[in-house]
Amino acid sequence: MSRIGVFVCWCGSNIASTVDVEKVREEAAKIPGVVSAVDYKYMCSDPGQNSLRNVIKEKNLTGVVLAACSPHMHENTFRKAAVKEGLNPYFVEIANIREQVSWVHEDKERATAKAVDLMKMMVEKVKRDKPIEDVRVPLNKKALVIGGGISGIQAALDIANGGVEVILVEKEPSIGGRMIQLDETFPTLDCSSCIMTPKMVEVNQHPNIKLYTYSEIEDVSGYIGNFKVKIKKKARSVVEKDCTGCGECWNACPMHKNVKSEFNINLSERTAIYVPFPQAVPLVPVLDRSVCLHFKKGGKCQKCFDACGPKCIDFSMQDEIIEETVGAIVAATGYDLMETSMYGEYGYGKYKDVVSGLQFERLLSASGPTEGVIKRPSDGKTPQTIVFVQCVGSRDPEKGVPYCSKVCCMYTAKHAKLFAHKVHGSQSYVFYIDIRATSKGYEEFVRGTMEQDGAVYLRGRVSKIYEDNGKLIVKGADTLSGNQVEIAADMVVLATGVIPKKGSDKLAQMLGISYDKYGFLTESHPKLRPAESSTAGIFLAGMAQGPRDIPESVVSGSAAASKILGLFSKSEYEVEGTISSVNEATCVACFYCQRVCAYNAISRKEIKDRNGNVVKVVANVNPGLCTGCGACVNACFSKSIDVKGFMDDQIYAEIKSLAV
Amino acid sequence: MEDMKVEKNEQKDGTAAANTGSQSDPRLIAFVCNWCTYNGADLAGTSRMKYSDNVRVIKLPCTGRIDPLFIVEAFKKGAKGVLVSGCHPGDCHYTSGNYHSRRKYATFRDLLGYLGVDLNRVEFSWISASEGNKWVAVINEFTDKIKSLPDKTTDIFTKK
Repeated sequence: MSRIGVFVCWCGSNIASTVDVEKVREEAAKIPGVVSAVDYKYMCSDPGQNSLRNVIKEKNLTGVVLAACSPHMHENTFRKAAVKEGLNPYFVEIANIREQVSWVHEDKERATAKAVDLMKMMVEKVKRDKPIEDVRVPLNKKALVIGGGISGIQAALDIANGGVEVILVEKEPSIGGRMIQLDETFPTLDCSSCIMTPKMVEVNQHPNIKLYTYSEIEDVSGYIGNFKVKIKKKARSVVEKDCTGCGECWNACPMHKNVKSEFNINLSERTAIYVPFPQAVPLVPVLDRSVCLHFKKGGKCQKCFDACGPKCIDFSMQDEIIEETVGAIVAATGYDLMETSMYGEYGYGKYKDVVSGLQFERLLSASGPTEGVIKRPSDGKTPQTIVFVQCVGSRDPEKGVPYCSKVCCMYTAKHAKLFAHKVHGSQSYVFYIDIRATSKGYEEFVRGTMEQDGAVYLRGRVSKIYEDNGKLIVKGADTLSGNQVEIAADMVVLATGVIPKKGSDKLAQMLGISYDKYGFLTESHPKLRPAESSTAGIFLAGMAQGPRDIPESVVSGSAAASKILGLFSKSEYEVEGTISSVNEATCVACFYCQRVCAYNAISRKEIKDRNGNVVKVVANVNPGLCTGCGACVNACFSKSIDVKGFMDDQIYAEIKSLAV
Repeated sequence: MEDMKVEKNEQKDGTAAANTGSQSDPRLIAFVCNWCTYNGADLAGTSRMKYSDNVRVIKLPCTGRIDPLFIVEAFKKGAKGVLVSGCHPGDCHYTSGNYHSRRKYATFRDLLGYLGVDLNRVEFSWISASEGNKWVAVINEFTDKIKSLPDKTTDIFTKK
């Protein structure tokens, strides 16, 4: 038998002036099951709460209805008060008679009638409330960071420095990501290697970080606090613990000058056994089996093996699957540059001296193929005139993508600046749509490129680039002066748009997190939860979320790390108990619920008899993942799943109480 | 047992004097989500906007939780109009609940029409937590629209 107490709040005159609170109380007292009905000036005040507690105690209430302000105001206040008297906090329901009655209506009689209705609804609801316990999920206090670029490194270091074990997985042979490919960084012009390599080394030496390079995520299952991760450690053919990084093996490799270097974006060659760049971390080479003569020619060549002092080359090494259990994950998969094949008129790929921004970055870099001397790829001459074209692919809904790649304005200004610094008397032209230089020191930086370094900025697009007598003729429009321009350049640099890392969509599917139509991972909330993915326990960082520069990537890495440290600061992860539950007796295992669940919270559960034979398969709700949205309830044909706190019989009772 | 008693009692008591749910004073039931529209309605309150007092709000976690049968039930219990309102597309607190709701509603509308419900009596809208004024406008316009309709449409559910 229900023993409900109804408490009608005056809220001073806020409610009482428009709603006849005594009438509401009288009506409440008439409802069967209501054993106490009182009204009070300020229910939320200390005396108000005490009277609530006293009535709960004296009348031994099984449910409480407050006809008061919005539940978003004081639901928690009253729940806490009820808990102190041993009542389940979910046995407290609020009829919102302030925000949705007294403040919005004027006719007292009608407002009172509405208040009575709302109160009755909640009485019917609370009668059918079931005790709900908040769910506690144990946490494996270990984190996985996917991606060893600057944001992943930052996240890993922050978490590790917080005293938590981290597993950092990087697809490439070395960590460092895109940032280590850059030369100098805007707007301060500090060299990327100089600020990046110490961090990379720190990662490698950190006692709390376990680093897996040349490795990929093979499978992820589980949920917050308890993710089971399979990592594929690809066969490196070099025993990491024995290798000293001396370089004898790649010096001995006969395959030099045959394979294009991925790190230098095809501007130089590498050997079959190689480190991508001299400062690689770990400084352990990888043997590229797709080009190695040993693998292609039946094991005849083993020059690297012979050259290796510590004998750490192992041609028989196999891919290895490593299983780890972690409590939280950071996805920092980074970005790629767009293909520019749709811009045939720019001649990228056709003319050697039309290069991408990242390639130019390698030409500028002291560790690059030209050791920092700007030489054009076709004949090795130093260019005197360079045309930079911005927005190649980005901000172009027709051929490319509609979004802005954010970093191109700044790195183009940097390129023009560095070009002016390195080649005296040179001239650069920049074709742009708009200059977007919005962070600290950025505008001044671009101004400096124009005013001190003499770069000519032309607002407009390039229509055609063609080769004529050793020069690249760039035809374009200067929309500010209204003139057609034609520039004879030695080199052209295209600021190609940023797109998500290839394969990040597959990873997102594996992780059960969402991504937008371009493939960028989406935040749980674009403004208020920018570090969280839609799935509890999985966090995002860096360019995987969308175009951003280095400071922003670092911030996002740290943000993800601090979220994880915050999560791990408790012994267990607590979730509100208002989640779905399955009636296993009636579930027919159609799994329509699984299809509508946005959180991967529903899995198959096998019910076995005592001999271990499967007698039935049913849906099972994972409390760590379920958010209690209730989409599954409507998908269920057999009415076997319901969401606590908003159960079907409660809603029907609410509707029924409104019968006219 | 208890439930039956409750029901009987309700029918005996009837509702309070005002808002009889007649055509001139039509009862509206609004199924709203907890995160956007409920907050939008609260905002109308904190901004002291005034709107028609014939609406009764039933709060659910998400529009994705709204079973089409709730709408039928509301008509059966004498509602003259039913409003379903949640977060704007893309803003769903639960990622995709409002999309489920939208799709379900599109299909269910046809069925309601087939059953003989005047589709003017079912309204679907997106009202965000910042759109108190939109909540007010939707309720007032919906009420006016229903008042202008001939009074016969929900009979199929209320026939004794």
